[in-house]
Amino acid sequence: MAEEKKLKLSHTLLPAESMKVMAEATGIAQVPEETCQLLADEVSYRIKEIAQDALKFMHMGKRRKLTTGDVDSALKLKNVEPLYGFHAQEFIPFRYASGGGRELYFYEEKEVDLSDIINTPLPRVPLDVCLKAHWLSIDGTQPAIPENPPPAPKEQQKAEATEPLKSTKPGQEENGALKGKGQNAATPDGKGKEKKAPLLEGAPLKLKPRSIHELSVEQQLYYKEITEACVGSCEAKRAEALQSIATDPGLYQMLPRFSTFISEGVRVNVVQNNLALLIYLMRMVKALMDNPTLYLEKYLHELIPAVMTCIVSRQLCLRPDVDNHWALRDFAARLIAQICKNFSTTTNNIQSRITKTFTKSWVDEKTPWTTRYGSIAGLAELGHDVIKTLILPRLQVEGERVRSIMEGPVVSNIDKIGADHVQSLLLVSWGGVAAGGLCIGVAVTEGGSYVCPQLGGGLPPAALVAPGGQAGTDSRACRSQVITFSTSPVGTATSPVTTTVASLQPVVKLVSTAQTAPSATVTGNVQKYIVVSLPPPGEGSKGGPPAQLSPSAPPGLALPSLAPPTSTTIKQEPSDSPQTPASTPTPFGKANGAQGGVAESPQPSQ
Amino acid sequence: MAALAEEPAEVVVKPDPDPDGAAPPQLSPAAAAEGEAAAPGSGGEAAPPKPAPPAPAASPAPTDRQTLLAVLQFLRRSNLREAEDALRREARLLGEEVAAAALSPSAGGAAGTPGGEADAAGGEALLSRVVAAAATSGAAGGSLAAAVPGAAAVVVGAPVKGEKDQPDVSAVLSAYKQQGDPALYEEYYSGLKHFIECALDCHRAELSQLYYPLFVHMYLELVYNQHENEAKSFFEKFHSDQECYYQDDLRVLSSLTKKEHMKGNETMLDFRTSKFVLRISRDSYQLLKRHLQEKQNNQIWNIVQEHLYIDIFDGMPRSKQQIDAMVGSLAGEAKREANKAKVFFGLLKEPEIEVPLDDEDEEGENEEGKPKKKRPKRESMGSKSKKQDPNAPPQNRIPLPELKDSDKLDKIMNMKEALKRVRLGPECLPSICFYTFLNAYQGLTAVDVTDDSSMIVGGFADSTVRVWSVTPKKLRSVKSAADLSLIDKESDDVLERIMDEKTASELKVLYGHSGPVYGASFSPDRNYLLSCSEDGTVRLWSLQTFTCLVGYKGHNYPVWDTQFSPYGYYFVSGGHDRVARLWATDHYQPLRIFAGHLADVTCTRFHPNSNYIATGSADRTVRLWDVLNGNCVRIFTGHKGPIHSLAFSPNGRFLATGATDGRVLLWDIGHGLMVGELKGHTDTVYALRFSRDGEILASGSMDNTVRLWDAVKVFEDLETDDFTTATGHINLPESSQDLLLGTYMSKSTPVIHLHFTRRNLLLASGAYSPQ
Repeated sequence: MAEEKKLKLSHTLLPAESMKVMAEATGIAQVPEETCQLLADEVSYRIKEIAQDALKFMHMGKRRKLTTGDVDSALKLKNVEPLYGFHAQEFIPFRYASGGGRELYFYEEKEVDLSDIINTPLPRVPLDVCLKAHWLSIDGTQPAIPENPPPAPKEQQKAEATEPLKSTKPGQEENGALKGKGQNAATPDGKGKEKKAPLLEGAPLKLKPRSIHELSVEQQLYYKEITEACVGSCEAKRAEALQSIATDPGLYQMLPRFSTFISEGVRVNVVQNNLALLIYLMRMVKALMDNPTLYLEKYLHELIPAVMTCIVSRQLCLRPDVDNHWALRDFAARLIAQICKNFSTTTNNIQSRITKTFTKSWVDEKTPWTTRYGSIAGLAELGHDVIKTLILPRLQVEGERVRSIMEGPVVSNIDKIGADHVQSLLLVSWGGVAAGGLCIGVAVTEGGSYVCPQLGGGLPPAALVAPGGQAGTDSRACRSQVITFSTSPVGTATSPVTTTVASLQPVVKLVSTAQTAPSATVTGNVQKYIVVSLPPPGEGSKGGPPAQLSPSAPPGLALPSLAPPTSTTIKQEPSDSPQTPASTPTPFGKANGAQGGVAESPQPSQ
Repeated sequence: MAALAEEPAEVVVKPDPDPDGAAPPQLSPAAAAEGEAAAPGSGGEAAPPKPAPPAPAASPAPTDRQTLLAVLQFLRRSNLREAEDALRREARLLGEEVAAAALSPSAGGAAGTPGGEADAAGGEALLSRVVAAAATSGAAGGSLAAAVPGAAAVVVGAPVKGEKDQPDVSAVLSAYKQQGDPALYEEYYSGLKHFIECALDCHRAELSQLYYPLFVHMYLELVYNQHENEAKSFFEKFHSDQECYYQDDLRVLSSLTKKEHMKGNETMLDFRTSKFVLRISRDSYQLLKRHLQEKQNNQIWNIVQEHLYIDIFDGMPRSKQQIDAMVGSLAGEAKREANKAKVFFGLLKEPEIEVPLDDEDEEGENEEGKPKKKRPKRESMGSKSKKQDPNAPPQNRIPLPELKDSDKLDKIMNMKEALKRVRLGPECLPSICFYTFLNAYQGLTAVDVTDDSSMIVGGFADSTVRVWSVTPKKLRSVKSAADLSLIDKESDDVLERIMDEKTASELKVLYGHSGPVYGASFSPDRNYLLSCSEDGTVRLWSLQTFTCLVGYKGHNYPVWDTQFSPYGYYFVSGGHDRVARLWATDHYQPLRIFAGHLADVTCTRFHPNSNYIATGSADRTVRLWDVLNGNCVRIFTGHKGPIHSLAFSPNGRFLATGATDGRVLLWDIGHGLMVGELKGHTDTVYALRFSRDGEILASGSMDNTVRLWDAVKVFEDLETDDFTTATGHINLPESSQDLLLGTYMSKSTPVIHLHFTRRNLLLASGAYSPQ
């Protein structure tokens, strides 16, 4: 690689044209070609020479970056006047322009208005140099203070967690030594214990050196303070403590303690239905996850059950009908999704195990609504693909279930609230995926307000998922997408109303009452979109007949109903989209990026 | 480059060309004759090459004409009429002159010169060779010859006597070019390459040392002779064969494609003026010689003769590893005899000072309840200083300043502190206190700490020198003269009274330099401070008044480093002009100039006994100089990058050096051998320091780490048997991991200075550099 670089270097010459340009700039016209070539050779050589000298100044200046000052010094060495005007800049941005087949790099020199300079207030005086002392090492041990880098860098923690034997290999000895020292922080007998490690290393069985978790007095105090603040009553203190957990670099050694604290805390407080404490503990988990210097993999066996508990537990608070335990479930669900995202590998299968757990509890008929809600929330957070493969197929079943609760005769208040939440949750998660290109008619009648997801065209779910599957991204991406709801069949093509998905839910309702199936045109960076079912002609208005969108409507409703508007839109961009798998005539939308795109049925995305 | 005007100084220290019987110089007259005999092109058989003493009688004009005539003849021969005419018009030469020239004996090959030179000794010979080499290779080099008129004359002297019967133009030119066809260069080189690749394993490693110098010289010859395209293709074809540590030089070479460029290029000049030293076993050398003679490859042979110095030794050829450990410098390895001189590396006897038994001390002992332990210690210390070290130089070899009362007080303090010193070792690592320079936007370029660790000085790229007090005692300057006259000089606390309380501050800024300050050093008595800068001066500052006392001029180019002698008074500086200078504070001119490095002197250190100075250079060598006579007594090669840090062990026996290659090498000064290699740093090592007792070596680097190494272990299993000593072959352990005791990483602060306090606390410092 380096060789190649050098090779290139040996051939780098300024183009003769540059000479010509420069000559012209200084008023010398008509420089012969040969002269230009000679000049170019010479100048290239001189520039290289100066660059090499400048490098010397960089080394002596004990820097890694070559500065304009170095070049000046190198010029001075050669008795050449330095270049003026390049001093203050840390970095000189070169602009690039091309045109007429020529490429040009230049340094933009703005014209400076002197009066501007005079009139602008003086910049703040930079801080003066000062000297600050800290302990890099105390008796051979590096203290974990903010001035020092984290004792075990995240990569190393990761390597350790994923490849436990690697850290004992001779090549990594220094890391090992460093870490070993970091761990037995300042304990007098720590050294003796550490001495054993080499013995073990020598053994034929490569044993992982026993790590010692002894906390110094300061660390114990810190731990005590932090945990108390985290679950205490003072919100300001808590914020500080969480901030500390999320940013302090030296927490590596306390991680097992924190993990146990959280795990035990959840266990106890779930039983006692102490919602507040559970929330605090989850915030701690969040803070730990946020700390860039910590790698939690080794402690997931404690953290995941705790977090899962907060998602799916039957009861998390004393008054489930009043307290907002739903928020905790949502929050924990996001945490679990984050954990999956960060730590799931093909070996530990975290995500699939979690998904399985959620699905199992969801599928179970007897699952209480709270757990059901948690499971769905958990699944919904796991991303598009999960929603599509696991939630959507069950949407209908779930819709039925919700309806039965809503409309059913024997309704306990708690169940009703639960069902309500589940319903809105499903709507949200559906909204996210709607962008994925599924034809689903969702109608919520104004009066009954229940969900009726209908799988379009009676196609098997798999077929429906297929086209959108390629486009799947996580649900957040969808939020930023735009869904277009058309208000009139004809207008669908030409004057869509756009709205962001964030406001999806209310809009869906609105639309449904207006007798128009939602036609969502989603333009996102990844996929193209859209689901539209817009059957009834005429201005959609509130209070229109709900008949077509009633739950009893035939499954095929959505797609066939699209037929009328189709013809108009196809003309617009005929070449743009291939036929849908269902080969139903569909409206075509604009491709990527066009917000005002027309609604259409699923399109394979690129 | 004007700096090179001082180059003749090199003569002073240049080891004599041929004191050793086995060395090739002795070989060269005969060998040269052989070579020529074998070479029909150079027509050596015409006359035995006579020693050609420099004859600077001829004037430059004839030289030019000589060259011109040769070129004209060549042109005529090659049917290049137009060119010939053009040239003739240009030179206003007449045809008959050319004809006459063809007959005249004046045109001659300089083939005799190499042989001749070997006989001549001293500065003249060197000079003549330099110039001869330059002139020889300038084929139609009117310009070059003109550039060095006097020298060219020397060349002319030889050819005139050379071949009288060779009016042949090709012969004339070959004298300048050394060998004809540029197209054959690649063939020669690959021929040699093939030969070396096919050689027995044991010889291959040794012979492959030839690759690099041959490559360089062949390339330069091509460039000299203005075969730009051939040179380029030659470079491209073979540069990847070269060892990676020559990359920097190759980069310089690669930019050199025109003869005109060579004039000012220092690296190039180094190649031309100094012989590349190779160490090869006799067997391998014979093999090479036989091969070259068989092949009649006198092109390569010429280069070997002229530009290479082959140090032949008897015995087993060295292994690849052994070779790799030692090569890498700009001019090959050090000659063996260069490291033969005796070095008095022992410490000077400490003056006997009565250590008053301090009350405080007594108390401490009583408290600890271990009075026994301390007493023997003190005795041992006393006896150590009383005994004369057999390796120490005579006490007055270098005149040293008298001890003042204050110095004695300081020594006593030092001893007291030494008693409290932590005894370091692998089991007991030092604590490290890191002094970070914050907001050093202007760039921190130098740091030093006083011996008693009370002050820190920082040199900055904005030309300022800033002195901090790191103890609660603030920095105060002396009162003005008017105020001083009012002071009662009889009072006990007169020293306290002369200080001006109003000026007390933690930081004093010293203004005076006009360029980045690259080096700083406190005097041992803490009264003075030295700083050196890009502006070419070394300044002496008073720490009593915080003003500049003297500006020492002499370097003219950036001064990279300076350091006070451990006994004060003397100091050394080294800079871009490739020399190190020894100064005394009361002389405005240097006392000694140590010349010999082939590139910038980047760092300088005094030996603890003040009799020697070590300098590290960008030519990738470390040299040890004798202060007494200015001789170079040691040349250490083995680094693969410019040296940036040096440290003597406290007992004076060993030297540690750190370079941009990230390696730390350890040297036994007495034997002149490399004794250790510490690998681990990933960037330039800018700081090295031994602990006060020498057990631990600390190294600080650009890679933001401080590393601690077990110095005791490195030095204890030294194999300094006779064989190793005689041949200089060393076997270093592959890995230095077992010597590494600790690695301490800072967040984003390159470590540029390290200092052990008297109690063995390690102070590190550097400027925080946000990424």
